[in-house]
Amino acid sequence: MSDTTEATLAEICIVALAEAFRGDGEVLCNPMGPVPVIAGRLARATFEPDLMLTDTIAYAIEGNLPLGGDPSDAVVESYMPFRTIFDQVWSGKRHVVMGAPQIDRYGNQNFAAIGDDYRKPKAQLLGMRGAPGNLINHATTYWIPTQVRSFVESVDVVSGPGNDTIASLPEATGRFHEIRRVVTDLGAYDFETSDGTMRVRSLHPGVTLEQAQEASAFELTVTGEVPESRLPTDEERHLIREVFDPNGVRNGEFR
Amino acid sequence: MADKRMTEDEVVAELESGMTIGIGGWGSRRKPMSLVRAILRSDLTDLHIVSYGGPDVGILTAAGKCRKVTYGFVSLDSIPLEPHFRAVRQGGLLPDFMELDEGAFYLGLMAAAHRVPFYPTRAGLGSAMLSENPELRTVTSPYGDGEELVAIPAFDMDAVLLHMNRADEKGNGQFLGPDLYFDDLFAMAGTKTYMSAEKIIATEDFLREGPVHTLKIPRTHVDGVVEAPMGAHFTECPPDYGRDEAFQREYAATAKDPEAWAQFRADWLELESHEAYRAKLEERGQA
Repeated sequence: MSDTTEATLAEICIVALAEAFRGDGEVLCNPMGPVPVIAGRLARATFEPDLMLTDTIAYAIEGNLPLGGDPSDAVVESYMPFRTIFDQVWSGKRHVVMGAPQIDRYGNQNFAAIGDDYRKPKAQLLGMRGAPGNLINHATTYWIPTQVRSFVESVDVVSGPGNDTIASLPEATGRFHEIRRVVTDLGAYDFETSDGTMRVRSLHPGVTLEQAQEASAFELTVTGEVPESRLPTDEERHLIREVFDPNGVRNGEFR
Repeated sequence: MADKRMTEDEVVAELESGMTIGIGGWGSRRKPMSLVRAILRSDLTDLHIVSYGGPDVGILTAAGKCRKVTYGFVSLDSIPLEPHFRAVRQGGLLPDFMELDEGAFYLGLMAAAHRVPFYPTRAGLGSAMLSENPELRTVTSPYGDGEELVAIPAFDMDAVLLHMNRADEKGNGQFLGPDLYFDDLFAMAGTKTYMSAEKIIATEDFLREGPVHTLKIPRTHVDGVVEAPMGAHFTECPPDYGRDEAFQREYAATAKDPEAWAQFRADWLELESHEAYRAKLEERGQA
């Protein structure tokens, strides 16, 4: 354990995201972007050993591949080209982590386009990508590096449907829908509420409830005492710093 | 056995304005760029492009060649948002588009390949994919569960363009990279399918290049074969070559400036032939 300096914000977020996979067992853990990828690999290396993870290209790989590491060094355990990924989505054995430039109180997410007019948006973003299919088929977690920009009153376009949207559909339609967690620069949120609203699950060290609320355009649900997000263990800190991300790519996600 | 070899310009001569044209590959990966550039320099217009979009969609929409694009995303991969396509969308310059879940897109290809009117999926229920595409319909399961599902319509395409690592002159195609994407379905879905390849080889050499599982494009679905070394450039075409990131950055940067875009088109995209393009790449020291 060479580096025992205090955990950084990125590392706390990584641990909070890794926690989203706790209990998942044998599913394809499919995180998008550096911080979520580190989190998925960390969860498998520690408390969730049965997760399957890809090299982010076309192979499911074993072992602790560093970010940007050469996948040809890794042991391939299965083949995951895009077609198989979609089959995997529909089969349900998957937990995805996506971004959310906009998310509302019920977890409706938008990363398609910003602006009032979808036909002529102010900003064209990713498009629908996999959000509609992911949300309706298996567990989804969102990673939001700047909460204040993303927590909006209402999203301009629904790419990933939230809990109120799903509740308005026939029960059979939404039976596989689960927004597991939302992790931001300020805290971790879940939807373990009776009305499907977003609840403060934990706040990162030094963040107050007032600050978290101020960085949200909707009212955050609070049930009881809000705990502090847990710090990485010595082992987790070592894995993040020395194994998965020796070049500190994780710090580049906060702007 | 028919020799299906053609040139890029001969392929484009088979196409007509107003057609629906499918383009294989994925994002900035193994795109039939020499064929896309041949369309760009033709007088074809009013096209409906169906694609897991990358620079193919960026180039053809920015050049005003399209009336509609059907896509799940348009991305350059290492540059997540395709800047030319963004400018077109944000300027309201694309008359029509259908933005689908990228998995649902696979079902539209498969429906067309299998000649059925649709494939059902849960993807899209509760999202803007349905509300913003009123032409999309749902179906009710005829079985006891009675579940309502989205019917992704078959992407019927007048022509399909693909790029493979290897082909024979009869139209069999071989991919040697990590992912076929959906090119076999594209090939089957096209009324006519034209396939470029890095290299045309003798049929008996296929299994020297890769295992039998890489022979995914059968000649029954291919009408023309174009030999185009570096034909996917600047998109990646592993193992033959990776993405030309410097070139892609240059392409992307021109989205900000109409003059730079016009210059880039003249300098690279509208060269009179793929041979001229390759010669120029060689001068640049990249081929």
